[in-house]
Amino acid sequence: MNPSGNRNEGDVVVIGGGVVGGAIALGLARSGARVTVLDEGDTAFRASRGNFALVWVQSKGFGMPEYALWSRRSADDWHGLAAILRDEAGLDVAHSQPGGFMLCLSEEELDKRVEMMRRLHNSQPLTDFPYEVLDHAETKRRLPAIGKDVVGSLYSPLDGHVNSLKLFRALREACVRRGVDYRPEHPVESIVPREGGFAVSGPWGEVRAGRVVLCAGLGNARLAPMVGLDAPVKPSKGQIIVTEKTEPFLHNPMVTVRQTDEGGVMIGDSQEDRGFDTVVGQPILSTMAERAVKMFPRLAGLNVVRTWSALRVMSPDGFPIYDQSETHPGAFVVTCHSGVTLAANHALTLAPAILAGELPEAVATFTARRFHVPAHA
Amino acid sequence: MFRPMRDVASAAALNFTFDGRALQGRVGDTVAAALLANGITTCRETPVSGAPRAPYCLMGICFDCLVVIDGVGNRQGCLVPLTDGMAIETQHGRRHVEEVEA
Repeated sequence: MNPSGNRNEGDVVVIGGGVVGGAIALGLARSGARVTVLDEGDTAFRASRGNFALVWVQSKGFGMPEYALWSRRSADDWHGLAAILRDEAGLDVAHSQPGGFMLCLSEEELDKRVEMMRRLHNSQPLTDFPYEVLDHAETKRRLPAIGKDVVGSLYSPLDGHVNSLKLFRALREACVRRGVDYRPEHPVESIVPREGGFAVSGPWGEVRAGRVVLCAGLGNARLAPMVGLDAPVKPSKGQIIVTEKTEPFLHNPMVTVRQTDEGGVMIGDSQEDRGFDTVVGQPILSTMAERAVKMFPRLAGLNVVRTWSALRVMSPDGFPIYDQSETHPGAFVVTCHSGVTLAANHALTLAPAILAGELPEAVATFTARRFHVPAHA
Repeated sequence: MFRPMRDVASAAALNFTFDGRALQGRVGDTVAAALLANGITTCRETPVSGAPRAPYCLMGICFDCLVVIDGVGNRQGCLVPLTDGMAIETQHGRRHVEEVEA
């Protein structure tokens, strides 16, 4: 055990031990770094525990095509991440990529979504993203459980899902087996650049390292300015309903309904499809349940066993923020609202780049400097 | 393992079946209590590991008393009063979801 107050306890301090921090820490450790993770405890806001567990690509990137490419890359690399977690943590996180549907309950809704997808995929370089627009009959052929109110759907073979609680646990387990020093109940109060590195401290004491990576979710907004970074993230509440476990009847994930590997059906008001949120209006539990039952009538016979809400970590435009500090090189911020989808990129692409000291060209667009451009009329 | 208290034992008898076996309970029994009184200590197998389970908390919290009652799965036996002629079955793993048309 490292008593608090030690110096130079590792190469990198990762602040935040959720799915984002866990993926970054694992990627750093796999690249050979000595890593310390400073995490909060069970009372932390933790999107990693409350999320909808999609590995989703369809419809992402409206307004920023690079986000579509980045999401697709992670969906592709997720197969490798799942294999790594199986090997290194001994856990199956139930990842699959069977293709996902966005079911529409009115012609107007379908028309709007089709138009948005057409505009998204007319823009280079997204012309080769596979997706299909399906009518009721074809949707019914592929998803026999749908109800008569489903007028049609959009389908993409790129979409998938995972058991995100198992992912959360597997990342931690793989990190610990790789020698990562995971410290719960270590909230961070200050980060001070010192002697070419960083002194990170809280009520528990202080640690120092040459690099620091902010993966603290909503906490990044407070921490980033301490090292010359900017992470103007705000909470966006999402609600989820989960039913009792039932026999499998739903192989593919929908953007708002999915059956987990263990049998429960999750119903959410996912904003994975940012840019489309006006279609569904203000989501509330009863609306969510009503729409879900229209999509899959058999859900009406199921018992709800839990509902919960969690806080998404949203930047002003909904896209991730990846930056290295210009004033304090060695300090990085990694924040996004799709930490499950992007886990493979974080572990396999971003973490090695952070250790090498330079973020990859593929994420240059995600700098927070985009928020500082003067608005034009 | 369990036996009814005297005043309950004097209540009128109710006939029911468990996995096809004819059994008797008493007016005022819950399904879970009637099963326990008949010496039945496995009423379901869990969906994830298949482990056997018996009624435990008897107050609607633990969900270990799930059974199929008259064809409807995952019912909490401790919250359902026993009625005459009930067909109760072991809940094997996940509930089967009936197809219904909205």
